[in-house]
Amino acid sequence: MRARVLIRPKAGILDPQGEAVQRALPALGFQGVSDVRIGRLVELDVGDSTQLDAMCEKLLANPLVEDYEVQLLEVQPPSSDADT
Amino acid sequence: MKFGVLQFPGSCDEVDALNAAARVGDAELIWHADRDLKGIDAIVVPGGFSYGDYLRAGAIARFSPAMESVIAFARDGGLVLGICNGFQVLCEARLLPGALLANVNLRFTSRQLALEVVRADTAFTRACGSDVDTGGLASSPVRLSIPAKHAWGRYYAGKDTLAEMEHAGQVVLRYAPGQNFNGSLHDIAGVCNEAGNVFGLMPHPEHAVDELIGGSADGLTIFESMRLTVEGAPA
Repeated sequence: MRARVLIRPKAGILDPQGEAVQRALPALGFQGVSDVRIGRLVELDVGDSTQLDAMCEKLLANPLVEDYEVQLLEVQPPSSDADT
Repeated sequence: MKFGVLQFPGSCDEVDALNAAARVGDAELIWHADRDLKGIDAIVVPGGFSYGDYLRAGAIARFSPAMESVIAFARDGGLVLGICNGFQVLCEARLLPGALLANVNLRFTSRQLALEVVRADTAFTRACGSDVDTGGLASSPVRLSIPAKHAWGRYYAGKDTLAEMEHAGQVVLRYAPGQNFNGSLHDIAGVCNEAGNVFGLMPHPEHAVDELIGGSADGLTIFESMRLTVEGAPA
């Protein structure tokens, strides 16, 4: 099964990357942007999706400073090879 | 006494750590895949970029066979010093509280720093006594001049954890006023665990062991403190 794990800095923790991007966007003419937060995306195939939480707690995220969200992608998107 | 210095793929300060340790005792390298700690008396987890800093700094190294032995060694009361990436590894291993996040300036920064010794009575700082610079004032905290070089050194712990650590005296080193370039909470540069046998710091004492090439030999006091602790000399 394909799974997607979204990992983001916990609320209240300073995210200097997000702040830098937030400052850069108006300079490019994009107005009204606030609260930019930057995290990480992990996509993986797993045999047993019930283990995903444990994987996140133990390795994929640092629960002290990061929140994570697991999304299960039931239908595998067709690969580009399948179209040919 | 004998120091063991861990070596991961991507470590880069293990030889300086080895040389620093060898100035006060015997020292040997321990490869990350080796579970045998070779009867050492104290462990140094060195700086660098273990396993390429993939995922998060220290996240992969924490599960190496050698680190499993180090975790058991620490639980049994053995002395463990983590420097820079080694500090990150010890936090990931939950041997130390908190985590190290990206510097507020988002830059890899390398500079000589003044550190204040908050606790000069720990297993790792007991030799940081009167023979180092006190800034000319007897009542001032002892200062160490030691370089730091990192991109992920902003010490973070939750509010309650920080309060507990301050209360329990686990904050061992702070950046002196004006020196906290990475944005660490409470200006924390180095912390120990509750039991006091595990210590981590972002600055590099192993790079400050010789005035001729390091500009300061203050870092040696950390290694000397560990020797005094292991050999049982009175504080």
